[in-house]
Amino acid sequence: MKALVFERQLARFAASRLASTLVGSGLGVGVGPLELLEIDPFQLPGSGYVRVAPRLAGICGSDLATLDGRSSRYFEHIVSFPFVPGHEVVGDVIGGALDGRRVVVEPVLGCEARGIDPPCPACSNGDKGRCEHIAFGDLEPGLQTGYCADTGGGWSAQLVAHESQLHLMPDHVSDEAAVMIEPTACAVHAAYSSVHTASGRRVVVLGAGTLGLCTTAALRSLVLPGVLVVVAKHPEQRRLARALGADHVVEPDEVVRAARRLTGSLGLGRDGGAIDRLTGGVDVVFDCVGSADSLETSLAITRPGGEIVMVGMPGPVKVDLAPLWHREVTLRGAYAYGSEDTPAGRRSTFEVAQDLVEDAHLEQLVSGRYPLERYEEAIAHAAAAGRRGSVKIVFDMRRQPRDRDRHSDRDKETDET
Amino acid sequence: MSPRPGFVLEVDRSTPPTLFWHGEGFRLERLPSGSRVIYAPEPLPALKDPDAAIRHALESPLGDAAPLRSLLRPGMRLTIAFDDISLPLPPMQAPDIRQRVIEAVLEIAAEVGVDDVVLIAALALHRRMTDDELRHALGERIFNAFAPYGLLTQHDAEDPKNLVDLGQTDQGEDVEINKRAAESDLLVYVNINLVAMDGGHKSVATGLASYKSLRHHHNVRTMLHSRSFMDRHHSELHSSNWRMGTLIKDAGVNVFQIETTLNTDTFPEQFRFLQRREWEWNLRDRAGFLASSKALERTPPEIARRIFHSIRAPHQMTSVQAGEVGPVHDRTLENLYRQQLVPVEGQSDILTMGIPFICPYNVNSIMNPILVACLGLGYFFNLYRGKPLVREGGVVIMSHPTPWAFNPVHHPSYIDFFEQVLSETTDLLEIESKYEAAFATDPWYVHLYRTSYAYHGVHPFYMWYWCAHALSHVGKVIVVGGDRAAVRRLGFTPASTLSDALEMAEDVVGRDPTITHLHAPPLLMADVQ
Repeated sequence: MKALVFERQLARFAASRLASTLVGSGLGVGVGPLELLEIDPFQLPGSGYVRVAPRLAGICGSDLATLDGRSSRYFEHIVSFPFVPGHEVVGDVIGGALDGRRVVVEPVLGCEARGIDPPCPACSNGDKGRCEHIAFGDLEPGLQTGYCADTGGGWSAQLVAHESQLHLMPDHVSDEAAVMIEPTACAVHAAYSSVHTASGRRVVVLGAGTLGLCTTAALRSLVLPGVLVVVAKHPEQRRLARALGADHVVEPDEVVRAARRLTGSLGLGRDGGAIDRLTGGVDVVFDCVGSADSLETSLAITRPGGEIVMVGMPGPVKVDLAPLWHREVTLRGAYAYGSEDTPAGRRSTFEVAQDLVEDAHLEQLVSGRYPLERYEEAIAHAAAAGRRGSVKIVFDMRRQPRDRDRHSDRDKETDET
Repeated sequence: MSPRPGFVLEVDRSTPPTLFWHGEGFRLERLPSGSRVIYAPEPLPALKDPDAAIRHALESPLGDAAPLRSLLRPGMRLTIAFDDISLPLPPMQAPDIRQRVIEAVLEIAAEVGVDDVVLIAALALHRRMTDDELRHALGERIFNAFAPYGLLTQHDAEDPKNLVDLGQTDQGEDVEINKRAAESDLLVYVNINLVAMDGGHKSVATGLASYKSLRHHHNVRTMLHSRSFMDRHHSELHSSNWRMGTLIKDAGVNVFQIETTLNTDTFPEQFRFLQRREWEWNLRDRAGFLASSKALERTPPEIARRIFHSIRAPHQMTSVQAGEVGPVHDRTLENLYRQQLVPVEGQSDILTMGIPFICPYNVNSIMNPILVACLGLGYFFNLYRGKPLVREGGVVIMSHPTPWAFNPVHHPSYIDFFEQVLSETTDLLEIESKYEAAFATDPWYVHLYRTSYAYHGVHPFYMWYWCAHALSHVGKVIVVGGDRAAVRRLGFTPASTLSDALEMAEDVVGRDPTITHLHAPPLLMADVQ
């Protein structure tokens, strides 16, 4: 079967990092450790596992960071090589009781998927994202499908997944909507994690890529902030942010001023009149970028006693934490999903995310589809999505190879839909 | 030879290209045959002995005012307020007219033995003046005699301890002005009447007022009913100020108004071509134009800005009158019209204008996009008496680079207004109702206005309201050669060239439109029949 395989090859890893630094994110794939290969289908690792043929699989910011060689060495012990990337997956089950059913894969490889019994306290509580055993059990290390050598990932013709990872999709949910459930679940989890601090308050979302826009929709729908400001760089992102519930949309270099005006805060700055940071600020910032700059901005605009939620995957960053200390700001991570305490009781994050995708029509964020063979273009497009007026780029495995060949010209014209 | 009056040229095939101001630069544009170009009158001769004229005005006041000397007595509180950095434009060569007048007042006060004298720069909600700017306006002698002792002050419209509420007019308008000025035994106001909007009761009622007071006439409704705000008898802005002025007088504030007018001698020798008619340019003018244009092409914008803002105008005083506010201002307007009025027959479909580098609110600063709009659609559009130069539903074409650039020290709230308010809406009433109060009371803007050199938080709103009459009157506004994003943010249409702009304008006003070009500065006022 065809699969994009990420090998542990230090030389290619270094080349990819260099290329992405020199020519831009997503443009070092050709020299990096990702290759399109013919490989044998994965063995079923144990009972409860089924094969899934992906229909659509998204390209995520964390995938891009991995391909660019920018991801943290923190992950070294919780991934296993070679792996097939792709953790945003909608596909069809092959074989077993669910044969032919369309499913979304919840990629976290927690205790149940690893055959660990009794499960860790987090998994027992339904908080799979906090699983303490992601490097142990029946599987090779891997925090998620798409980072584990035993399971494969969505960027292929086939992967294996534990039945506990599968969410059946009703017919009315399109593939595009279904592939948006995983990133939306991340946003839902981030939003619920701050429901007590952000509800009715002044909230800023930094970044308007997939995660930023999904977080915007989740906050507007689930948390009801008093005022929601979204920082968006590109025109299409700004349009979508407004459509998904932002009260104000500002450009990155406007956010400090916007937060100041919104909160009536005073500013501290230089003689030239620029404001470096606020004396007050907003209550909660959702940092959906995860860079040193975004964290620095977050610290500049969060009020004393406020909260910063890191939704975007950060890498190693150098940031002055004096304001964190001095202003007693809480810095918190929001990773993945599991279960949430909702007004309707405890629910799976994926279920809530599915509702949100349908209500907010988040399938509209899917704006480019590529066959696996054109993975270099796809990844370059994903890395430049905002600039190119796109949001979520996905691999599309719904067509047979001969269909792909026949439609390749049309694909070129319609990729950026 | 006496100076020639203003002139309306009809462009024909032999007419040389017309000079358009374009920020810190110029463009030579060929207007279609049949277009009209309105030129300012040539500079009236200066008063031969301005100091003697000032003394005469103080000794022979107009209206019911007594000579200044008789109003002064030892032990009294005397306050002298004066127009701020917004006047004149460009700043004039030393000695500034304010220096001459205030020195004359202080001389008499000293002779009489008045020793409680305070000077106040009448800022209203403008930025504070720097020491250098104050020195230039008042001269070293006055500055050194007053500033070190805290007697040279700048009106602070946000200082509750130094404001006094004098009550409401019969229209319910609050009148709150500078306490020291209001409680002095005599308030002398020293004005420079550069345009017809200036002076009269507006001097005290606006220049020394607070936001609480100003909001009654600096608003959309007032500006829509000021047609134009350069024509006091058809200006609700002035009616409101006159009501306030009457209340101020009735409250016992004794105002002795001194008003002055300047001639149109606006540019120094090296830029003399800017105030000559193009077909009369001699070799030196052409060389001056070419040298300036070529040099400016290679000059970074910030350097060009510095060069232009270093211009000191050779303006000369053409009149000075003192005494009771109303009669003084009537005489001032006569003198101002004598210099600036140009009779013009009828309106046109399109009005073109070159927007220069300076307006009242960016002296030594950046002409940001909001100020470009204000100078074009506020000031220049309203430089008429009778009817606007452009017909209702017509098109205004302005020429200016309109950079997306702001001076963050002078115009902090402008940045937010442009980035946040105008990105949401350009609708005047919506902006006023939804955003004005928040900007006006924002503690950060208040802090910067009081302690730094920032215009008040509400000031960009006023600049936008200044455009109200024009925006409600014209069908389209086009900016030639401007930053396209900035122009669009203003709600206007960008064009690369004048001919593109004229073509776009035809979509609104039809084929073969009539065109008028306002060739200013030097400033003029069209008397449209």
